[in-house]
Amino acid sequence: MNFPIYLDNNATTPCDPRVIDAMLPYFTSKFGNAASRNHPFGWVAEEAVDYAREQVAKLIGADAKEIIFTSGATEADNLAIKGVFEMYAQKGNHIITAVTEHKAVLDACHHIEKLGAKVTYLPVNNEGLINLEELENTITDATILVAIMYANNEVGTIQNMKAISAICKKKGTLLFSDATQAVGKIPVDVNADGIDLMAFSAHKMYGPKGVGALYVRRKNPRVKVTAQMDGGGHERGMRSGTLNVPGIVGFGTAAEICRLDMEADTARISKLRDKLETALCKIEESYVNGCVSSRLPHVSNISFKYVEGEGLMMGFNKNIAVSSGSACTSASLEPSYVLKALGLGDDLAHSSLRFGLGRFTTEEEVDYTIEAVSKTVLKLREVSPLWEMFKEGMDINAIEWAHH
Amino acid sequence: MAYSEKVLDHYENPKNVGTLDKNKSTVGTGLVGAPECGDVMRLQIEVDPATQLITDAKFKTFGCGSAIASSSLATEWLKGKSIDEAIKIDNMDIVEELALPPVKIHCSVLAEDAIKAAINDYRAKNGLEAING
Repeated sequence: MNFPIYLDNNATTPCDPRVIDAMLPYFTSKFGNAASRNHPFGWVAEEAVDYAREQVAKLIGADAKEIIFTSGATEADNLAIKGVFEMYAQKGNHIITAVTEHKAVLDACHHIEKLGAKVTYLPVNNEGLINLEELENTITDATILVAIMYANNEVGTIQNMKAISAICKKKGTLLFSDATQAVGKIPVDVNADGIDLMAFSAHKMYGPKGVGALYVRRKNPRVKVTAQMDGGGHERGMRSGTLNVPGIVGFGTAAEICRLDMEADTARISKLRDKLETALCKIEESYVNGCVSSRLPHVSNISFKYVEGEGLMMGFNKNIAVSSGSACTSASLEPSYVLKALGLGDDLAHSSLRFGLGRFTTEEEVDYTIEAVSKTVLKLREVSPLWEMFKEGMDINAIEWAHH
Repeated sequence: MAYSEKVLDHYENPKNVGTLDKNKSTVGTGLVGAPECGDVMRLQIEVDPATQLITDAKFKTFGCGSAIASSSLATEWLKGKSIDEAIKIDNMDIVEELALPPVKIHCSVLAEDAIKAAINDYRAKNGLEAING
């Protein structure tokens, strides 16, 4: 077993070696600019980009012409929200999103609010799902966009995209989805799911960092976004800038591998995830966060009550990489806004760990993790005054704590 | 963020973890922080009424590694000190000893607060007015 063990695959994934092999020639011998139309260097690069565009489109059931390459999902989120807001200004200025969205979506929404947009932030239930009736009731004649993530990055909750898109269609508004965590992990089909714009990224699906895409529907309806990056008019005028050819080639290869291996990968990874979760939930006072019945197959978010997440990670983070909903490192001391939106108390949010398994996770690594995490939880509870109070039957919530 | 050797050592081998009998008149208990903030420290001292020296100190902490280390270090420093010396322990002494980064200074502040709270709990129990470094 190689250390450290990587269980933070929602943050990023390693490049698949097959992806690297495909990319390498595009740094050296095939280094051309895909926009150079008049010589073989350009033709080779353009051909590679076209092929990758097909590969990426095929993974999400789209047409190649509907793929706009970007620097990543953050840029795609920004382009979708700001681009729709500008393009459809005549139609309205209302956008609906959810409180558990990624910061790239939330901050883009805050930005356009300053420019006159009205944004509704829908709450979620304790599993992280939005209320469909509430969504429908929130849509007005001025609503130009509904922006709901496909699957959440912290807890893995998958929204009911088909039902959401049916509502959007009925009400005549566009649907954008940040599908960064979903694409490549679970079947995503923009037509079956009824999505009009969709952001996703290569580095979450075993491709390179620095490349992503915005899917922009071309028919039923034909969707347009105002470019947020001006320049040479690349990507059908929606995103200027010389194409990152090696990155795009890697993205395409990663997409193809995901499409072909998804079923087998998911079966294997979800089994390991379930093993990890079942074992860790045998620890007293541990709770799974998110929606167990509609969840990404590789994610498990667990709160270990009465121990603090960062302190917990310190017990094994030389050997195991995970992430925590505790934000002890930030100056604000605020725990995860996603977990809080699910109704977790700050104490449970501070006590959470997110395990993100991946294509290269082995059973041996999972077994090691179960043992290391369990041991550390038990050890820290011996040091925890809250655990002692709980064991003595004291009501911790009844204590008047001095908040600082 | 990398932890200093000293933080790691206190985290891995915390000193003086435990509980003193909070009902004894010779024991002072300080409970500071809040679960919502991700840090709760309970620090206890036992004082010899004749000499006013701290004969024992125990802690339990819910928090990150730096919070555990700060309270573990505090108990080590408290043992054998007089109340007058103990009340002068400054959070910056803890920051320096553990090489805490700026984002972890609040852990040392909490430890200083816990020391003062424990001392003043002992003093209150024994009919003495509160003191503050």
